[in-house]
Amino acid sequence: MTLSPRARLALRLFTGLGLGAIYVPLVVVLINSFNVSQTFGWPPTGLTLRWWAAVWDNPGARSAVLTSARVGLAATGIALVLGTMTAFAVQRYRWFGREVVGFLVVLPIALPGIVTGIALNSAFAARGIPLGYLSVIVGHATFCIVVVHNNALARLRRMGTSLEEASADLGADIFQTFALVTFPQLWSALLAGGLLAFALSFDEVVVTTFTTPPGLQTLPLWIFDNLFRPNQAPVVNVVAAVLIVMSVVPIWVSQRLSGEPTTGGRM
Amino acid sequence: MDPGVDPDQGLTRRRRPRAVVRVSGFLHRHPLVRLLGLLSAPMLWLVVAYLGSLALMFAAALWSVDSFTGNLIRVPTLDNLRTLITQDVYRTVALRSLAVAASVTVVDAMIALPMAFYLAKVASPGTQRLLVAAVLTPLWASYLVKAYAWRTMLANDGVLSWALRPFGTSGPDFGVVTTGITLGYLWLPFMILPIFAGLQRLPDSLLEASADLGASAGWTFRSVVLPLVFPSIVAGSIFTFSLSLGDYIAVKIVGGSTQLFANIIYDSIAGGTNPPFAAAAALFPVLAVLLYLALIRRTGALENL
Repeated sequence: MTLSPRARLALRLFTGLGLGAIYVPLVVVLINSFNVSQTFGWPPTGLTLRWWAAVWDNPGARSAVLTSARVGLAATGIALVLGTMTAFAVQRYRWFGREVVGFLVVLPIALPGIVTGIALNSAFAARGIPLGYLSVIVGHATFCIVVVHNNALARLRRMGTSLEEASADLGADIFQTFALVTFPQLWSALLAGGLLAFALSFDEVVVTTFTTPPGLQTLPLWIFDNLFRPNQAPVVNVVAAVLIVMSVVPIWVSQRLSGEPTTGGRM
Repeated sequence: MDPGVDPDQGLTRRRRPRAVVRVSGFLHRHPLVRLLGLLSAPMLWLVVAYLGSLALMFAAALWSVDSFTGNLIRVPTLDNLRTLITQDVYRTVALRSLAVAASVTVVDAMIALPMAFYLAKVASPGTQRLLVAAVLTPLWASYLVKAYAWRTMLANDGVLSWALRPFGTSGPDFGVVTTGITLGYLWLPFMILPIFAGLQRLPDSLLEASADLGASAGWTFRSVVLPLVFPSIVAGSIFTFSLSLGDYIAVKIVGGSTQLFANIIYDSIAGGTNPPFAAAAALFPVLAVLLYLALIRRTGALENL
């Protein structure tokens, strides 16, 4: 349709305002991380780098980052294996249960996190499995599978099967075909999926709340724990600022790898 | 043949072990075995572990807790469900949660539609790439950080009050409204992206045809664009609706003393006080989301995810 210049301008302004509203709160957190004042107050009374240095020496924040990284890596590893398997099962075979598998994979992220969290919590309790690294990793892997699955599925669809058939025709066994033909075409999608799964795990609060024992803190749990402690506000501000800056990484890398800006299969 | 002449003429580098060849041949001839192999581990995980946990939880919804000893009584009873249905508190909170989820969805759709339209149909390709990335990036910023950001925006001495002070008013106090704003902010990208994708699939020729036939821009929007992107809007609404319904953390951060339904679930399990009641209460968001999915099935939105 031909839009009048006025309508175009209005749309442009509206979009600008919308993006402004998306970014203003994030910028406020960034600025606030340099705020001199110990308690929150806007506008900042002065700017300092003191809190950024303080975070570096904060043992709680450091160990929380480490915990999150460990959990994220393990969960991503499991999700990479399981998500790739489901993607092959759905994409490369015509059978009756394809939609069911697709549905099962999305379910952990489609149901409210609190439902998944409580369900896993009660299952661990019923089996007598103590909460610990294992339970958090199981919880995270469960909802990370979908991210890898969606990324791998999209790539498999685009790849087609002709190269694999050619490889088989030329005498390669199925392991050789996978290693020399399929995987080289697939790996970048898996890397993107893995990265996004890690980001998802790194950020998760709700399932984590129900699968961690007291004393084990991932970064989001540490943030939540310190959010309401007045004297911790400056440190929380800095951690928040770092996380905002870091959110560019998954987008940038996945755009590099797949050439498409991605939601990472979260939708 | 001369010794030293490769019988194979270098055509294969080295022979594969016989066992590998046999396994490979067997798998090649039996796709069903391959499929079952591929499904084994994921189904063990998703069906046995995950669905099993869900079933266990909902079975526990029928248990109760001995109010004296605090021990679980594993005798099926409908008491939890009866309490949830009959007591006014729960009905009020459930309705409030539904109202918040619905308003967040409507407001997000109203903001997302013009933005997505600009991205898909007006912006130049270069600008489009940049703006899509700009919409996507906050999706990967930490959930807690975004909720926290709105706490700093909306607090009494926050940015909004500071900005409004010259006009002699202040921002809203922490409550249902601030919770709604924050949830709407958190899920907005989930609404923009499906609508954007839907608009991109909409051929420009349809818009031109409508204009050629004399429709004004507004008329084209109402009679061509809106009906065709409606499934995408509904697809986005699945996220905004179900994510809002399951949220208890944003309310804690910006809701003041407001309670949403997920808080009830959280509070009855967090202290370890009444897990069966939490399980029973968890039925509400699950049923509400499933009902919503059933309602919108016919719009074709599920194929637009």
